[in-house]
Amino acid sequence: MKLEMRDQPGQLVAALQPISAVGGNIIAVIHQRETPAATEVLDVQIVLELPEGRLEKLLELLREQGVSVVRIGEQRLLYECTLITIGHLMHTDLSDTVDRIDTTGSAEVTDLSLAMPAINAPSSARITIRSTTREEMKKAIRILRSVAEQKDLLIIEPLEGV
Amino acid sequence: MRIAILGFGSVGRGIARAILAKNLDLTVTGLADSRSGIIDPAGIDIAAALAKKEEGGPCGSRDVSPADVVAKADYDVLVEVTPTNVDDGEPALGHIRGALRRHKHVVTSNKGPIALAYPELRDLAAANGVFLRYEATVCGAIPLIHAMQEGLAGNTISRLYGVFNGTCNYILTRMAEDSLTYEQALAEARELGYAEADPTYDVEGIDAAIKLVILANAILDMRTTLDDVERTGITLLTPEALRLAEDQDCTIRLIGEVVPEAGVLRVSPRIVSKVHPLVVEGTLNAVTVGTDLAGDLTFIGKGAGSTETASAVIGDLLYIRDRHVQGS
Repeated sequence: MKLEMRDQPGQLVAALQPISAVGGNIIAVIHQRETPAATEVLDVQIVLELPEGRLEKLLELLREQGVSVVRIGEQRLLYECTLITIGHLMHTDLSDTVDRIDTTGSAEVTDLSLAMPAINAPSSARITIRSTTREEMKKAIRILRSVAEQKDLLIIEPLEGV
Repeated sequence: MRIAILGFGSVGRGIARAILAKNLDLTVTGLADSRSGIIDPAGIDIAAALAKKEEGGPCGSRDVSPADVVAKADYDVLVEVTPTNVDDGEPALGHIRGALRRHKHVVTSNKGPIALAYPELRDLAAANGVFLRYEATVCGAIPLIHAMQEGLAGNTISRLYGVFNGTCNYILTRMAEDSLTYEQALAEARELGYAEADPTYDVEGIDAAIKLVILANAILDMRTTLDDVERTGITLLTPEALRLAEDQDCTIRLIGEVVPEAGVLRVSPRIVSKVHPLVVEGTLNAVTVGTDLAGDLTFIGKGAGSTETASAVIGDLLYIRDRHVQGS
């Protein structure tokens, strides 16, 4: 997240307090010294981790403190799950299978290893999916399971959850 | 204590050998295989019956049927160890009912009747004031049912999962070890006697699913049938899939899983870290029980075999012997 605030004493502390109040973890604070002083506005970028569903509350607290948020950066994908799929992966359009996950917008395939032993023999792939939340991961796996059913693929899920 | 044994195959003979080898205070007064039977209130010559059977003959007289043994022999406990029939549980189901109605305790290794009719049989046993025990139906030698009913009494079981089928575990172990194809590993399992000529029951996960149904109904108080189990077997697995798992220090095992609260009953191949306690080699079984008070417990042991399954049956028999007034 990139925060913009008035260049007055105490404002940075005012911006940081709500983060700990919602259980967030500050990873980095970057002061933009090059910002033109004439605007009397201090630019600060804060990189942070937040528990699921706390972003709205944080923004509300920041507004109360008189801190305006210029931009909310990309939410990092914190959850990861690796699955293996077996079947006629190429004939059933592997890129479409990957797309079905990616088009959710909240989960994406970040790694794929494919083994194709022989023409017309079933191939095997290891797929790593990342998502922002546990719920989104469950949704992505549900999508993959339904795609697998349509395309007659076997999905091997991990024993332990995401 | 007097027992009647129905079934003189691998398990029945294992029990007979243990009775001969150890002083278990068990007298066999009835014995039947699929073709013949013996009834002798004074005690059957078990060594002679074993010898006859091993020569390929019937163990007793063709004039005595298993039903005769159930209905007419003088015994305290019926030991029902005939092969499993998952379609209707017969003829074992009828024999178990018959014994319970005669106020006889029953110990069985037969999954069919317990998976199909547990609530009815439990009530019938209770109405007749006798025990019905079935430790040998799940994971052979591992005293899983005893452990959950007795050792873990008072705990709430939140999840129960593990390797319930030794044949599949052997095949997957071999595929991972030596990059064998499924077909090669199955052929090897057959040669070693770990897989039947028709391996469907094992490799399609049916055997594991039946064990889940037994545990769900008998221990976890769920009302489920085989159709409620979401089931995927191992027949489509490739050596490449195992290698892809291996690349991440994982392997693939056929895992049965029950999560009572979420209503999950599932048998499927799963990716498991190689250091996970459930990753056991060869034909071993391994089950983790997740509980509220005791935490997680993992049981590992032999899931099949003549002596191993007999161990579970004998454990049940001695449980009954120690809790009932002998003679009638």
